[in-house]
Amino acid sequence: MADTLVWLVALPLTGAVATLLLPRQANMIAIGSAVATAVTAGVLVHAVSAQGALHYAIGGWHAGLGIALRADGLSALLLLMTALVMLAATTYAGAYFSSAGQRRQLWPLWLLLWTSLNALLLAGDLFNLYVTLELLGLSAVALACLGGKTAAIRAALRYLLVGLLGSMMFLAGVSLIYAGYGTLDMAMLTAAVGPGPVAWTALALMTAGLLLKAALFPLHFWLPPAHASAPAPVSAVLSALVVKAAFYLVLRLWLEVFAAVITPAAASLLGALGAGAVLWGSWQALQAERLKLLAAYSTVAQLGYLFLFFPLLQALPPGPARDLAAGGLVILALTHGLAKAGLFLAIGVIQQRAGHDTIRELGGTAQQLPATTFAIALAGVALIGLPPSGAFLGKWQLLAGAVTTGQWLWLVITVIGSLLAAAYIFRVLGHAFGHQPYPGRPVTVAREEWPALLLAASAAVLLGLAGLPVWGLMEIRL
Amino acid sequence: MLTAQWLYGLAGCLVTGIGLGNALLGSSLLKRVLAINVMGAGVFMMLIAVAYRGPDLAPDPVPHALVLTGIVVAVSATALALALARRLDREQDDG
Repeated sequence: MADTLVWLVALPLTGAVATLLLPRQANMIAIGSAVATAVTAGVLVHAVSAQGALHYAIGGWHAGLGIALRADGLSALLLLMTALVMLAATTYAGAYFSSAGQRRQLWPLWLLLWTSLNALLLAGDLFNLYVTLELLGLSAVALACLGGKTAAIRAALRYLLVGLLGSMMFLAGVSLIYAGYGTLDMAMLTAAVGPGPVAWTALALMTAGLLLKAALFPLHFWLPPAHASAPAPVSAVLSALVVKAAFYLVLRLWLEVFAAVITPAAASLLGALGAGAVLWGSWQALQAERLKLLAAYSTVAQLGYLFLFFPLLQALPPGPARDLAAGGLVILALTHGLAKAGLFLAIGVIQQRAGHDTIRELGGTAQQLPATTFAIALAGVALIGLPPSGAFLGKWQLLAGAVTTGQWLWLVITVIGSLLAAAYIFRVLGHAFGHQPYPGRPVTVAREEWPALLLAASAAVLLGLAGLPVWGLMEIRL
Repeated sequence: MLTAQWLYGLAGCLVTGIGLGNALLGSSLLKRVLAINVMGAGVFMMLIAVAYRGPDLAPDPVPHALVLTGIVVAVSATALALALARRLDREQDDG
């Protein structure tokens, strides 16, 4: 079963090379590799929940020298989210990019992005994380400028420079770690790292680099232009998955590798930045004139909630209450991934059908594109955190943790952020339901509209009603 | 011989700092791309200093492998940045 770890990297990588070499069959190959990779991710989740954490040493070279892959419950959950989002976005991307020439450019980069996401989620040592982080950044930047507009290229260039700066800071931290502890294997480091100047400096450098990539306020400045000017299926993947990869690394570093080093003040600093992100991102989303910009600022805000969990997890002693909060954090991240991808795909449908995504001119959308409007409403339910969405469970744990540890400020921030989210979602829906006397005929195009609808529905209903396995999987650690 | 290692390491830190400062504050795009490369060179110098294990022992190969990989990544990323910058420049000339 440990072979699935290798397949999760090998399948999309083979697909990427094959789509490059056989451009005529690229569509078939891309969809085939997408389905195969998604099925493998499902097999992996099943294997991890049945057998516990999995390890694989590539070529028989063990940790310290070789490339070690490993998967625990957290990796498995994020791999599954990646698979679902990529599968839906692949289906939609095939319809969105109408010319064969565009699709030929798209598929190799698209599958390479998936390869690097999977490799990052499976990597067991800090240096492989650096390499996968760079691969992810490069493929994401190339995808972001596929639209070919000047604004998109300018935003992509800034995205690239910010990403490079973040990776270099991460690498500087990695070299300090190697100087101090003589290993880069995360499991070995977890046992070895103790408080001291080396650990603090390394953690500060790596965290700063990752926060830049995860677009945590006030380092989010590059995200809205890059995500708003990329083609819709690419925006979906950037917002749902690529920023989450950097967040996943912060989570690994702060909760596992450097757990012995973290002070309450440092965790509160992350919480404060998260609070700033929630307020500023939601406020900007409310002001946005275009749907894609709204969705991009909403990503800034939603990432903020995830960082509010850090001071709570720091204050809670190990035990059931802390496990509940950690599960809440993960289910919030999963819900946002599915909902935001669904939202961006739905916006793509509107943008292509109506020719624009200006919020004020959305009148008649509900009459013309009922299924897509429904998808936006469902994604909105998940972004606000209404029941029965997964975000409701996550925010519930956030509030419960804030009450238990007496950190009331985070509770206030969560409530204000949710109200602002309700305001910006209802503003969109209000315009979309605006009645037009002579609307076009209602259309439902299955291949374009189903991916968004399924993603939004699984975020708003499925994760909330059947979210319990998330906590079970989170118990499975390395 | 310990001093030579420290000299290398600290110089690496200094170069990293200079690169970081210019990458954040650089006035032009080209300057920022170059600054990020300078920063990379500083990090690689630090890694090379880390590999030193005394005059009688061979250096630690792991940091050397990291530097090699890092250089490949930095070169490809710089190439992408320059390609995008050129395209942007050309479009601005046309428009």
